[in-house]
Amino acid sequence: MLRITGLTGGYGEKKIVSDISFHVEKGSMLGILGPNGSGKSTLMKLISGVLPAKSGKVEIDGQPISGFSAKELARKMAVLPQLHAHAFEHTVRETVSLGRYPHQSGWFASWSEADEAAVVEAMGLMNIQQYENTLIDRMSGGEQQRVFVAQALAQDASILLLDEPTNHLDINHQKELLDTIKKQAIEKELTVVSIFHDINLASMYCDGLLLLDGGQIKRMGEPHEVVREQDIEAVYKTRVSNHPHPELPKPQITLLPGITRPAAQALITAADFAVSADHVLYQSPIPLKTVSSAVINAGAGWYRTFMNRHVDNTYECDDSTQEMAKFIEQEGFKPTDTVGMMTAVRTEDAIVKEYQGPFGSVVIAVTAGVGNAVDVSKALDREVKVGTINTWIFINGDLSDEAFIQAMITATEAKSKALHHEAVMDPLTNTIATGTSTDSCLVAATQQGEHLPYAGPVTELGKLIGAGVFECTVEAIRLYREAKKL
Amino acid sequence: MNKSTAAYIVSLVFLGGAVLLGVLVGTVSISPEVLWNRGSDQSAANILWNIRMPRVVLAGLVGASLAIAGAAFQGLLKNPLADPYTLGVSSGASVGAVMTLFFSISAPFLGIFTLPVMSMVGALATMLAVMGFAKLVDRSMKMETVILTGIIFSSFLGSVISLMIALTGEELRQIIGWLLGSVSMRGWPYVQMALPFFLVGSFVLWLNRRELNAMLFGEERARHLGVDVKKRKMMILIGGSVLTGAAVSVSGTIGFVGLVVPHMVRLLWGADHRHVLPLSFINGAALLILCDLVARTIISPTELPIGVITSFIGAPVFAFIFFRQRKGGV
Repeated sequence: MLRITGLTGGYGEKKIVSDISFHVEKGSMLGILGPNGSGKSTLMKLISGVLPAKSGKVEIDGQPISGFSAKELARKMAVLPQLHAHAFEHTVRETVSLGRYPHQSGWFASWSEADEAAVVEAMGLMNIQQYENTLIDRMSGGEQQRVFVAQALAQDASILLLDEPTNHLDINHQKELLDTIKKQAIEKELTVVSIFHDINLASMYCDGLLLLDGGQIKRMGEPHEVVREQDIEAVYKTRVSNHPHPELPKPQITLLPGITRPAAQALITAADFAVSADHVLYQSPIPLKTVSSAVINAGAGWYRTFMNRHVDNTYECDDSTQEMAKFIEQEGFKPTDTVGMMTAVRTEDAIVKEYQGPFGSVVIAVTAGVGNAVDVSKALDREVKVGTINTWIFINGDLSDEAFIQAMITATEAKSKALHHEAVMDPLTNTIATGTSTDSCLVAATQQGEHLPYAGPVTELGKLIGAGVFECTVEAIRLYREAKKL
Repeated sequence: MNKSTAAYIVSLVFLGGAVLLGVLVGTVSISPEVLWNRGSDQSAANILWNIRMPRVVLAGLVGASLAIAGAAFQGLLKNPLADPYTLGVSSGASVGAVMTLFFSISAPFLGIFTLPVMSMVGALATMLAVMGFAKLVDRSMKMETVILTGIIFSSFLGSVISLMIALTGEELRQIIGWLLGSVSMRGWPYVQMALPFFLVGSFVLWLNRRELNAMLFGEERARHLGVDVKKRKMMILIGGSVLTGAAVSVSGTIGFVGLVVPHMVRLLWGADHRHVLPLSFINGAALLILCDLVARTIISPTELPIGVITSFIGAPVFAFIFFRQRKGGV
């Protein structure tokens, strides 16, 4: 275990870091974050003992490091500083072998089997054994970095200090390197303290984080306690936004650029929607922030093309996503920039209407087929068929995340109400239906104009969505029923 | 057979060949038979054992010392252009030696070792001064800074020597010949005088072979790897100064041996100091024996100072390494 208490130090009279205290449990990984000049590297030098501390102490397993000889310390703590150029040529093996220096003693210290095993293992872990006899000068920066990590691992110390270990590495090698180190932490209880520039990487791999600002601890704790918009913005003086990692319970941040090419002013109008027998199509001049449950590009994203495609009743496809992507391409659109839905309903019967509110306008487009109407409260054990009410809501406004979700809720409630109003029955249960078995919903916004934080029925936006979706859905159902009668 | 074993065999064969040529070739050619059969030619045996052999042994020891010291200085300073001559350490040793002769210093407890010890003191003092000054000029101790500092100190110390020679007039004329570097007419007493220092100095450097490997990656990195940098650095500086001082005290300033030999060794067999140091030692010995052979035979019967030959080879190599470093991009 590594324990730092009241550590203060710097160069000459100047204090660069002051009063730093923390401890790292055996086998856990601590990431040190902070802007340039916040004292990260100085703190690392104080911990490794290269720079004598003005006050405070560093203890390994309860013993202060000042009591260790250079070799004893190197057996307990391996350090990997940032890569430096050097004048002579060494092979990879020679370089990694140097990691065994603290384990060799005496004038004629010979190379033991343990030394050999440690070097071979370290080279294997960093996947550089095939370069064993290559001169490190001839390797790329990333490969060199792996050689130096192997050197530190060969030291076989219980504590590893790293200064930006992923410098010079591409994303694959960043992941490989941190995976390897994390594995050592989990399997061999290696205690790791590492400086990171990349906040997201640090959040993903570290058990704890320490945010330095002006040589002092600004925040310390688990990643969710440290990677917070307010603190990161304050310390790095940069606008950022938090979001969750897609797989791990670790927060991530995204930079918000200070300057971008100003977006063209865009206004979504009902007149711009192309309705034909093939599809309902809307092409926006600017990418719209979109949340949807579409076939193509569901979830959240920014898209310019929106397609609700008519498919035959008998449409059957193993991989409808791929088939749909191909169709979009054939139509001359980019699948990466298009949200695509499908419906067996006649798309020429789509209802597209524009609603004006005090903040701006909303365009709603609905295609409805109620052949598979379902009472969702009794939807268990039902064969799934293609039945669809596709609801699109386009908003000329700047929506918050909450507003997007509330808009979906409001739209869904209005749709159910419309079905109720039209007395659409679930034929199986003979109760009023709430929707069909595969309805889709899409909310897209220009993110220009007035900021709209909420979209519940209490807000102007919510009112427009509720009334609009209800009205459009009712009309669409009527058209559908008429078409069926014919 | 692995690469390093081959390197040692080649080097030892080279040394053996150089020794044989050194003792057998000259104004009087000597049959190899004399080596194991003194009786076959008594006068040839006398020349071989009393004149040529001590000369060859001395040349070998001086060459070995300068080469291993050069290798260690280059490693310590991470500077491929460093050697006792380019760093001004040889000049420092010369000042120490000349002062001893000039003032007829004879420390009672040192006896015949006064001269080499004074040379070593001069060498060590110069080394520390050069490093101190270079660090003052440029904390990162760039290659050029260190070499330029060495040249400044060399020039200054050279003028000190010239001054001392001018003041003494005729008496120290022999010093001039000695300053240019020569191993002629020294005989066995000189070998005896310098041998302990050669052995101790080389051994001290050899003890630091792994530390030198670590220090090539920078002093901070070496500390991380567990090297007691302060102590090891001092050991290497003292070891190198002892060797340079001893070499200068018996043979004057012979330039560039410490530069050329380690460079060739690294080029052929890699930069691992565990091998660079002993291989530089062996090949340095062989090279200087051959240079001495050339010096005394090329315009026979006149002898050239050996320093002329080493500089003739060494300066272009120095230029080449400098060029390669700057163009090779480090």
